[in-house]
Amino acid sequence: MKVKVDQEKCQGHNRCFVVASELFELDDYGYAHEVGDGTVPPGLEEKARLAVANCPERAISIEGD
Amino acid sequence: MTLEQQKETTAPKTNGNAAPEEVKDWAHDYDIFDRDYIKDPFPVWDELREKCPVAHTERWGGSWMPTRYADLFAIAQDFQRFSSRDVLVAPMGAGENAGDEAMDIPEALQNYEVGAPPITSDPPLHTWARRLLLSPFSVQAIAKWEPETRELCRSLIDGFVDKGRCDAAADYAQQIPPRIIASMLGIPKEMSNTFTDWVRGFLEFGLQNAEIGGEAGRMIFLYLWDRIQEHKQNPKDDLITYLLNAEVDGQPVPETHVLGTSFLLLLAGIDTTWSSIGSALWHLAQHPEHRARLVAEPGLIPTAVEELLRAYSPVTMARYVSEDTEYNGCKFAEGERILMNFPAANRDPEKFPDPDKVIIDRAVNPHIAFGVGIHRCAGSNLARMEMRVSIEEWLKRIPDFRLEDPDVVTWAGGQVRGPRSMPVVFG
Repeated sequence: MKVKVDQEKCQGHNRCFVVASELFELDDYGYAHEVGDGTVPPGLEEKARLAVANCPERAISIEGD
Repeated sequence: MTLEQQKETTAPKTNGNAAPEEVKDWAHDYDIFDRDYIKDPFPVWDELREKCPVAHTERWGGSWMPTRYADLFAIAQDFQRFSSRDVLVAPMGAGENAGDEAMDIPEALQNYEVGAPPITSDPPLHTWARRLLLSPFSVQAIAKWEPETRELCRSLIDGFVDKGRCDAAADYAQQIPPRIIASMLGIPKEMSNTFTDWVRGFLEFGLQNAEIGGEAGRMIFLYLWDRIQEHKQNPKDDLITYLLNAEVDGQPVPETHVLGTSFLLLLAGIDTTWSSIGSALWHLAQHPEHRARLVAEPGLIPTAVEELLRAYSPVTMARYVSEDTEYNGCKFAEGERILMNFPAANRDPEKFPDPDKVIIDRAVNPHIAFGVGIHRCAGSNLARMEMRVSIEEWLKRIPDFRLEDPDVVTWAGGQVRGPRSMPVVFG
């Protein structure tokens, strides 16, 4: 499973970072980026789904469930 | 509009002091200043979402009001058709004392276009004006203000804890955001009560009375202009200095831009978060089971803050229709206003199961209390920190409290909703 933040859509709400700080990092402006290539380590799948569900901009997608 | 023109504009008739007519048809004649609506707007929103999801009124200069999450989301994203050049529902007018010597406008501001960038801006100006603010309001930067916020909350509680009662809105919630934003800007926090009066004059009373609003607006602009001149002479480690030193494309940011942004920060930093903290305490005062849970599990407070933001979202901004356009069968004319009822979106059952129930550990909560799209509240990290810290400190010292009398709680409404007087008793 991989997560990806659409940089065109992210507005820096930071909700994904709060829900799943293992999977997302913030730049100096508060925009979110997936950590590394976005691969979700085993056991964090639920957090990845929560990050997607809590993003008000619908900016996060999951590949390969 | 310039400050000069603002002096000359006459107030629209609808902003007079005549007693408002009772609302009989919320779909075609809503009144966001109706007393009962301010106290309890939720049944009105439920009815509108079902019957007329984009309501209209001629009151207060006329506006449209969507109440469904999907519509609020779509309109907020469409910044080309729905401009932010005017985010207030009613136009501001002239102050009674506009000609007084005390209100003389400095030469540099004679032709100043009144604005509060980036909230009143569209791209491309919006893009760099917002970018300037994102770093000082990032999670990391805001964390530096947590100790001062915590200390402030503790000292406020020290002031009333032994009395066994306080006004949780006036003695606590209202005292926190103005002092923190004053510290951040680098203006005297001892003046925070004055700032609060000005901001209430502009946003709370000013929307219904253009004279009060115009007067308060000019007071804030002229006061901040003087502070900006002082900061030029004596730079400090604060936001006004940061903005004065900022460059965009190799050019310094114009001083009038610094003024508009400082105006926004003072305004937006005060009564919005004060309303959120107040509403959160209003809820907790009436829900012992939620208090007990948060006292036992303080780690849950950030999640609870999101849910309280959803259920009691304070802020409704406006958009300005930039061209004649049709949206879901509604014909919006150029120049009309759309009231962005984010609070109603956050109670939409299509988006949130059991929307009227506060589920203190709600895990899926993509609320848009801070708006959505390019105008997402730039101060959201500050607001969240202030809410979390103020609730943490309150519950540590006052784990048990209740409203003295629910009927005496007073609410401010219009574009920012929250309790203004809320007597509570402890234990």
